[in-house]
Parts: sequence; structure tokens; C-alpha cells
Amino acid sequence: MSRISPPLAILAELTHRCPLRCPYCSNPVALVRSGEELSTEEWVGLLRQASELGVLQVHLSGGEPTARKDLERIVAAARDFGIYSNLITSAVLLDQSRVEALAAAGLDHVQISFQESEAANADRIGGYAGGHAKKRQVAGWVREAGLPLTANLVVHRQNLDHLGAMIEMASEMEARRIEVAHVQYYGWGLANRAALVPTRAQVAAADAVVNEARRRLAGRIVIDYVVPDYYAKRPKPCMGGWARQFLTVTPIGKVLPCHAADSIPELAFDNIRERRLADIWENSEAFNRFRGTDWMPELCRSCDRREIDWGGCRCQAFALAGDAAATDPACGLSPLHAKIAALADAESQAGGDRFTYRSYASMEAAGNCST
Amino acid sequence: MSDDMLLGEGSVPRFPRGARLQFNQQRQQWMVQAPERVFVPDEIALAVLQRVNGETSVAAIIDDLARTYNASRDVIRDDVLEMLRDLAGKGVIAL
Repeated sequence: MSRISPPLAILAELTHRCPLRCPYCSNPVALVRSGEELSTEEWVGLLRQASELGVLQVHLSGGEPTARKDLERIVAAARDFGIYSNLITSAVLLDQSRVEALAAAGLDHVQISFQESEAANADRIGGYAGGHAKKRQVAGWVREAGLPLTANLVVHRQNLDHLGAMIEMASEMEARRIEVAHVQYYGWGLANRAALVPTRAQVAAADAVVNEARRRLAGRIVIDYVVPDYYAKRPKPCMGGWARQFLTVTPIGKVLPCHAADSIPELAFDNIRERRLADIWENSEAFNRFRGTDWMPELCRSCDRREIDWGGCRCQAFALAGDAAATDPACGLSPLHAKIAALADAESQAGGDRFTYRSYASMEAAGNCST
Repeated sequence: MSDDMLLGEGSVPRFPRGARLQFNQQRQQWMVQAPERVFVPDEIALAVLQRVNGETSVAAIIDDLARTYNASRDVIRDDVLEMLRDLAGKGVIAL
């Protein structure tokens, strides 16, 4: 047995192609084009290696994973290797026969993202006309196929006041689980932060809405809540700690400790086309760079929460402090925390409503905003 | 009414689609997989979950456990019902 425990789950970003243009997309600002994507055989090979390494779950994501015509084959491969498969989808490209085909291929769970409870604002935020109505229709097909459904409600200043109605909508469509996720500020989200960051009053109201819904829906729906950490006292334990439980594979086969890690320029990442997954997980420089607690600055290393928070998020430390090895400024103990919280406060009051939509064409503009 | 409130000795529990008990070779552990969750059942939970098959009633599971572990049926009964209600509330078990 190796001293490094195997990863629990893989985020497989099958493609960056997506019909939606959400301004908080978790993809990097530099999007990959379809011709460069891994082939079916390469994804199947990756899943075989993942299973041998001890990976239990694969989250099939993108971009929009259903943009790949070979998704059923990838799902079937996960099933054959004993890996639990979760489809993370915008749902707008699916029809009922494809939902049934994915269920027949062995898919275990579906997560559909919703931008709002009201169709007009939802379609404006997602940048895709008719998207909201289609999502609701597909949610019905998912339930008809007998698949468990999670509604992923991505919240920010421009929809947070409707969170109660969004939870109601998810309950009506018989979601078994709801994920209320505040936008995270990397990549496109960072470029659009001024238009997205909620006010403190909104966040306090949303916390109350979630707590009330959890009590009311207990036993029927599980609600997971991803808090916005700019206003928090403690940072989020990003990925449960760098290179401890998760890894991401990008559309071109780059293996990352998290989906945003490529934003840290000092790190070089290996590609599954050139190196075995187990070797990357256990021995690569990028995975070992922030693994455990030895890399931490004194502030984190001497903290009794060092193995709870794991120093927060490395990508956020780089984005906000200019140093990926710094304490995450989301932590109340960071010398930069007050400045970051004040910036979020100011943007939440003064920021406009205009988005830079995610697209291949606006990559350059978004890239300039985020640096 | 949700499954956790309905569950009694006459119920027949099963794993719904999207939840399963699975042995992991690399970790040499039984693990429960559910939507975006993985957890390791303790010894008692494992003994119960290994008897969940969509055919055996809660009463029969309790009888079997009381026999296997040579324990009081009343004690086993309370533990089993509490555990299955908790798992039903989390969507890991269905009726």
C-alpha cells in the first residue's frame, strides 16, 4: 500500500463546448476547442486507470457533457469498471430517448443546473433563450427514467432574492437533493465578480431561507449549501485539501488537483496522454506541491484548523494575494481579509448588472478583467 | 409522507437507484455510494445493509441479526429501526 490514499472522485470535463453562456462558468477563461478533446478510447482508458487506482465516483461534466455523442459509451465504461457515475448537465441538449439511453447505459445520478425560478431572468443569466423551460422538461424525463435528480441552484446577487422560489421549484420537480451553490470567483466568475457578488444582507437572508427549507423538507430532500467565502470567518476547505480526495481531468487530458488549478502559473501539470494516472496522483510535482500541511505558511501551520480548512483555496490565494502558497484571504486571520471583504461589499453595492458572457469570442476580454 | 417516517418492522427496504453498497478492493472496505456522497458504514450499519435486498422485511432482518449476534431482539430492533430511518431520510434506503 502506498502512503498516499487514493482519490475518491474524478471530475471529468469531457468538453468545453456548451450552448449556455453562464457568466460564472467554472471553466477556465482559455477554452479548449473540440478538435483537441480526448477520444472515446482515451476516456475509457482513463476510467480503467481510475478504477485500478481506487476512484469510486466520476462526475461527468464539461462544458456540456451531452455535447459529446459518445457519452453513453463513457457511462457504460464507468459502470463496467464499478465506478459510480454522475452526470452534471445543463440539460438543454437532451431529449427523452437520450435520457433513457443514458439510464440504460448504467448512469447512477443526474445533476441539472438552474439559473433562476423565473424563465426570463433564467434565460438572460444563462444566455440561452428557452433554456429554463427545457431544463424543467428534462428534469421530468430524468425522474420518469427512474434516475435520482439533484437540482443545482447557482446563486448570486442577481437571483439570490428568489432562492425560496428556486427551492420550491426543485421540490416540485421531485429532486432528491438540492445543491445551493454561491458562485465561486475564478475564471469567468472572477471576470464577472462585480455583477455577481451578493450583498451581506442578501447572504444573511439566504442563510435563513436554507435553514428553514432544511427543516421543512427533512427526510424528503437533502440540501447541501456552498457558502460564499468572501464574507466568511473561515475559508472553505477547498476540495477537502489539495490532492487529498479529488482530481480533475480537462478535455485535453490535463490532470489537475481541482478544476481551477490551471490558473496558478507556477505549476506545470501532467497529461494522461503522457503519464499514468497513479504516477501523477502520487508522484507529480504539482500534486505534491500543496499536499498535506508542510507547504503551509506559519499562520496556517500553527492553526488548530489546519487539517479542517487545509489553508483554504490555493487558486483563490493566487487570485487575491498573488501567491498560491499564502493563507487564503477568505480566512478571517489573513492580513488581506478585511481588504477583500471590503472589496466584495463595495462591488455588491456599486457593481452593475452587465455580464461578460462565457464564449470563445470573449475569452480575451474576460482574461484581461481577471488579472 | 416520507420514507423515514413510514418505516416499520413490516417494511421491505431496498437500495433505490443511485445508492449502493460496494466493496472497494484498494481500500479493503465496504462503502456506501449515494449521489455525490461516499461513506464507510460502521460494523453494525454494515451488518444491516448487507441484509437489505428488496425482499427481506425489517422484521426478518432484526430476527436474523438477533440470532447471528445472540443478542436481545428488543435492543437490536431499536438500533435497526433508528439506523434505517436515518438512512431513508438521507435517501440511501427506500421502501
